[in-house]
Amino acid sequence: MPELKYVDGYPEYMRESIEVVNRTRGKRKDFVPDAMTAEEREEVLKVHPDYAPGGKRELALGPNAGDPVPGPVADLLEAYPLIDGKEIDLARADLEVDVMVVGGGLAGTAAALCAHDSGVAKDKILLVNKLRHGDCNSIMAEGGTQAADRPFDSPDRHFLDTIGGGHYANKPDVLRALVEDAPTIMHWLEELGAVFDKEDNGDYVENWGGGTTARRMHSCRDYTGLEEFRVLRDEFRARGIPKLEHSPAIELTTDGSGRVTGAVLYNLETGEYRVVGSKVVILATGGFGRLHIRGFPTTNHYGATADGLVLASRAGAKLRDADTVQYHPTGAAYPVQIVGFLLTEKLRGAGAQPVNREGEAFVFPLEPRDVEASSLIRECYVRDNGITTPSGLRGVWLDTPLIDVKNGAGYIDRQFPAMKRMYARFDIDMRKDPVLVFPTLHYQNGGVETDPDGRTNVEGLWVAGEVSGGVHGKNRLMGNSTLDTMVFGRRAGISAAQAVASAGAGERTFQHVTSYVRTLEEAGVATDRRAPMLLPEYRGKAALARMIDVL
Amino acid sequence: MGNQTGMMERISESTRSLTTGVDTKDVEHWVMIYIMGRGYRVPADLTIMTAMEFAGYRLIRSCGCRQGFCGACATIFRREGEYKLESALACQTRVEDGMSLVQIPFSPADAASYDIASEAYAYSVFSKHYPEVARCVSCNTCTKACPQDLEVMDYVQSAIKGDFGGLTEQSFDCIQCGLCAIRCPAEIVQYNVAQLGRRMYGRYGSPEPAHLKARIAEIEEGKFDEALDRLAGASTEELEKLYAASERESDG
Repeated sequence: MPELKYVDGYPEYMRESIEVVNRTRGKRKDFVPDAMTAEEREEVLKVHPDYAPGGKRELALGPNAGDPVPGPVADLLEAYPLIDGKEIDLARADLEVDVMVVGGGLAGTAAALCAHDSGVAKDKILLVNKLRHGDCNSIMAEGGTQAADRPFDSPDRHFLDTIGGGHYANKPDVLRALVEDAPTIMHWLEELGAVFDKEDNGDYVENWGGGTTARRMHSCRDYTGLEEFRVLRDEFRARGIPKLEHSPAIELTTDGSGRVTGAVLYNLETGEYRVVGSKVVILATGGFGRLHIRGFPTTNHYGATADGLVLASRAGAKLRDADTVQYHPTGAAYPVQIVGFLLTEKLRGAGAQPVNREGEAFVFPLEPRDVEASSLIRECYVRDNGITTPSGLRGVWLDTPLIDVKNGAGYIDRQFPAMKRMYARFDIDMRKDPVLVFPTLHYQNGGVETDPDGRTNVEGLWVAGEVSGGVHGKNRLMGNSTLDTMVFGRRAGISAAQAVASAGAGERTFQHVTSYVRTLEEAGVATDRRAPMLLPEYRGKAALARMIDVL
Repeated sequence: MGNQTGMMERISESTRSLTTGVDTKDVEHWVMIYIMGRGYRVPADLTIMTAMEFAGYRLIRSCGCRQGFCGACATIFRREGEYKLESALACQTRVEDGMSLVQIPFSPADAASYDIASEAYAYSVFSKHYPEVARCVSCNTCTKACPQDLEVMDYVQSAIKGDFGGLTEQSFDCIQCGLCAIRCPAEIVQYNVAQLGRRMYGRYGSPEPAHLKARIAEIEEGKFDEALDRLAGASTEELEKLYAASERESDG
């Protein structure tokens, strides 16, 4: 195949359609397609990967036996443990603490800080990370955090927007906690010194998000999660709370009657295990984007492999809404080096429009995410109005230059430095040319069910953040995930701290693991699959085929 | 609406090499790169990170978000025949033929122990926690090393002047990858200095909005309890009606 000729970052053949988009921009400046009716939404959702045929199966066993979940999730929930416990002396703890937090994104870091604020001595807290403290989805959140704090807005409006977007499946008590705590979380971040976008008079700049009926998105340019996370991490470091990195929890321990009492950690670099006893465990392990459900690329960080779902479920925790997956409408579709990377919804909140090959705006830009993503899939694969890239992907344009047309020159420079930088690295100027997008696997909508304090049905086990389920129902809105992590990280930390005051250390056993293996065998699950997965496999097939283990 | 099962398979097939690892038979163009001195032939359209994986490395360090936000994958490299040492994020940089590279998985540096509520909003906060900041010789090596193209030396100078607003503006896009600190001849840890400075600005230089405080007070007084009680107890049918009737704030 001859080398393609590139003009301003795009192969020459794609420029024809780009010129159509650039030419029609003036006409589209004041035109926005109508938002869909409930019936139109229902129709387009038929092409959503969650609702298109196939892709799921019912769990054969466990607390959620009979529930449909995506195939790759079922594969992990119906898999044998990495260790059977015989090789490990569980009775001897290398470390005993009161509160162990597993996972160091926003939720886990908030939980550790709030447990400390609530009276747990810092040396009785341990934060464990599979990778670095900071390898998480939180740090890559771009667009914003919702909080209903303007006079027009209200927590009940936030509640209604969220439950409508979530297909009315949201758990009302946790959703109420989310919207009522949101302004308090903003206050907490202000006290810790996070820097949010503000108007000249000191009020927050607040933007639209998909499916919101009021502007309530608080942002830090397009580095919102980075700013929130690095502030919390700096506070965590400033207090000297202990942590272990590159040490995933590979199994929880229970006391034999169902209570969680600690975990076995595995040093990814040396291969050594460590047993940690803890009066309570808070799982904040994030989601499952790296399972590439339905073969989609993902916005998620390297470690998003559903480990928390596996550990919690083996210990008896109940999941909910684990059948739904969020595909972010606008993942990068070109160039190939950044396929699947997130293009924040804030771009559409600021006026960018999805546009097809012919330069037509075909969808209201701010539908809830599942509806918006489905419209893009329909435009590419049903109506055949997409553009095909050199590597064979289809996408539609996101007309980013429209942002500066609507808001004035320099707006992209100020508000979207991360997006602009990412494209500039591949010779594309998103201020002048549109960018190609297609939905990308973004978020685990469901997860472990909790009460409003993050408590699960398993004694001694709390969860917070993406690993939990209920608050977003079957589809999360933009800006509710960073909020979720901090609302429930904080609540879990406070509530766990209260619990340890009256709890003693429990015996550590693998009884739940043994009985889980028995259930697998009884259900006739014959497989060599083992879980948790810990890391996805991206090594080249040629290299893998020749690997031998001799040392 | 057509054959939707087939549609999902077509989508999945188009991204297969990105989700399951690269298969050699799909590759058209190749380059040679040198990972810590050893040569590997890799597909030309990969990033440094995916090229290392193609070569057979299973990354544990130097790989985090994979999208340019977390700072885990700091990398330094030289192009063939050039004297200049370049820095980059492995996940954001396409491989080039003849590139010789190594990753910097960790940057040893202590972060300050402090309580933000009891620090002075003045230059002294830097001299107290990071006194080495005064050793800056304005050589600009940090700026040249920054993969985000920030004016690192300028924000260090803002710190020395006690200009918290300027420091915040100049350092805001810092992902704390550590490349500046590794190269600094004055041994300043620029990204920690900036972190301290931004938090001080956020707390003391950019006051909490009045409308936020007012809303928190309203919630505490129970102003929204009745509306939330009603929503939390409503049936799906009632919620559907309320949702359909909910009017969007005017854009004006």
